[in-house]
Amino acid sequence: MKRFLGFVKKEFYHIFRDKRSIFILFGMPIIQIMLFGFAITNEINNVNIAILDKSNDAETKQLIAKIDASHYFNIEQKLQSDNEIETVFKKGKIKLVLVFEKDFGQKLTNQSQPKIQIVSDATDPNVANTATNYVNAIIQNYIQEENQGNGQQSGLVIDSRFLYNPDMRSVYTFVPGVMTVILMLVSAMMTSISIAREKEIGTMEVLLVSPLHPFQVILGKVFPYVFLSLINATVIVSLGVFVFGMPIRGSLFLLAAESVLFIITALSLGILISTVAQSQQTAMLISMMGLMLPVIILSGFIFPIASMPLPMQIMSNIIPAKWFIIIIKAIMLKGSDFSLVWKETLILLGMTLFYILLSVKKYKIRLE
Amino acid sequence: MSIVVQNISKSFKTVQALQEVSFEVKEGELFGLIGPDGAGKTTLFRILTTLLLPQNGQAFVAGFDVKEEYKSIRNCVGYMPGRFSLYQDLTVEENLTFFATTFGTTIEENYDLIKDIYVQIEPFKNRRAKDLSGGMKQKLALCCALIHAPKVLFLDEPTTGVDPVSRKEFWEMLKRLKQQNITILVSTPYMDEASLCDRIAFIQNGKIFKIDSPQNIIRDFQPKIYEVKSDDMYQLLSDLKQIPDTKSTFSFGESIHYINEKTEFTKEKLQTYLNEKAHKNLDIQLIQATIEDVFMNAD
Repeated sequence: MKRFLGFVKKEFYHIFRDKRSIFILFGMPIIQIMLFGFAITNEINNVNIAILDKSNDAETKQLIAKIDASHYFNIEQKLQSDNEIETVFKKGKIKLVLVFEKDFGQKLTNQSQPKIQIVSDATDPNVANTATNYVNAIIQNYIQEENQGNGQQSGLVIDSRFLYNPDMRSVYTFVPGVMTVILMLVSAMMTSISIAREKEIGTMEVLLVSPLHPFQVILGKVFPYVFLSLINATVIVSLGVFVFGMPIRGSLFLLAAESVLFIITALSLGILISTVAQSQQTAMLISMMGLMLPVIILSGFIFPIASMPLPMQIMSNIIPAKWFIIIIKAIMLKGSDFSLVWKETLILLGMTLFYILLSVKKYKIRLE
Repeated sequence: MSIVVQNISKSFKTVQALQEVSFEVKEGELFGLIGPDGAGKTTLFRILTTLLLPQNGQAFVAGFDVKEEYKSIRNCVGYMPGRFSLYQDLTVEENLTFFATTFGTTIEENYDLIKDIYVQIEPFKNRRAKDLSGGMKQKLALCCALIHAPKVLFLDEPTTGVDPVSRKEFWEMLKRLKQQNITILVSTPYMDEASLCDRIAFIQNGKIFKIDSPQNIIRDFQPKIYEVKSDDMYQLLSDLKQIPDTKSTFSFGESIHYINEKTEFTKEKLQTYLNEKAHKNLDIQLIQATIEDVFMNAD
């Protein structure tokens, strides 16, 4: 035990004396959360739009005022003719133009289906798409209110509700996503690099020719990262909750327990990588290419798994991060208890055991 | 016997690193493995420290089989690999404490053993290992390898890249350690260090071709060696090579060591021949062989 503690102490010296380690450990989570939270977002705000109102009556004015009042849009310009549409788009500031046909208000009261044209600048498809949807929603909403006021019903009314995330806030996906990426990065990459470093500088030779059991070496390497990853998870969740208003509807204890499980999964992957990597660079490359990219792309963090081609969907099943994201989303957003996530937990547990067994099998008590 | 090596062979993909190597090291002996880079010294060290498995043959360290009883060996040997392998970002004291704890001991417990060496680096005990000079690094590495009072000490090229003064100090330390009855197997590419060992083995291309004490090795060397100097050393070398029955001509610093195969060849003959070639400031001495001469002229 004393040997083990001595080893752990040495590991902490390594971590705290290396500026890069410290940055990856503590700088990265905060930077990533802030980036995803403030910069990388699908929500739109203050999009500049222009209006071409050929009708210019009470109805259109009311509708325009409603659009202007929302914080999504900012009415920048009023156009006079169709020719101007092209010009304003070319200037680039206006992203969307709303065209009301002649006699809009009259047709609306006549029930004869007035037309609105929405023209958007699709050089940035995401913004165009989202902005068009938002305008649509506002108009629909307006017409419904009008009809209710008149006591009339017009055709089909769709009432959609977004469960668990009524405001469609992207923070709800990126907090679990970033947490997964960071835990993977810290646990798998840092451990594999730190074991590879011992091989590279030759201290592994000395450690092997010592009474330390190889597993004591590995455990000593892994232990500090379990501890640090837990701190990281706490920091990320706290930032999500206190800065971005992410809810934790389920049990905090369950969330912590599942996080520990995922940390161990990632660490066992890191150990597995270190059994093949002889240098820090190889370890880093394998972690980056073999872990980071799949975690970001195939875990459902950024791109929905359901819309991937079938082979990719099947592949996503072997990515531990996918299961962890499902678990923490269920706990944080849906308030699920263990009875609802036991399957995913079991899969993670199975993967972990598999990696550990494989590492033990591949682990060399000698140099070759 | 502290180390027994019997017909050890080891080959890597394309290289035969060791071929049928056998030797024995007595308890408390300072045994030197002398040979150039790539001779197989490190491979042999790794086999004896249980880091590699031999393909053929057997080896025992402190009575334990290197294949089967590797755990017992790892408990009782000290190993200093060729390249400096301590933690660069740890201080002198932290490194030493770490290795002491790893072997389940403390610095205080075995302080006597390392005292002579440690006092030299103690003033820098709070300095990071990476900021030490080459000689001090080696002293620290030796302390770390000694801290658990090993029965057998393996030192793989401990003085490579170390300045001459530190090298000399290092070897004096080894002599002192011998008195503690620690068996030491040391490898070196420096021939001048060979004469400081109790016994040495020459190793080249994976084979050991001579094992004896340095004194015996020099005594048993038959050929006469002439140390030749002149103003035009380059011309001298090519002239010497043209003498009939020349066995070897090797440059040794400022002179050339010349050996002729024929026993009837004399200093006078050499003198006359070189005078004919009009060498200025010619100086010829019959000298005692050094370990290096023996190694260079080994068949």
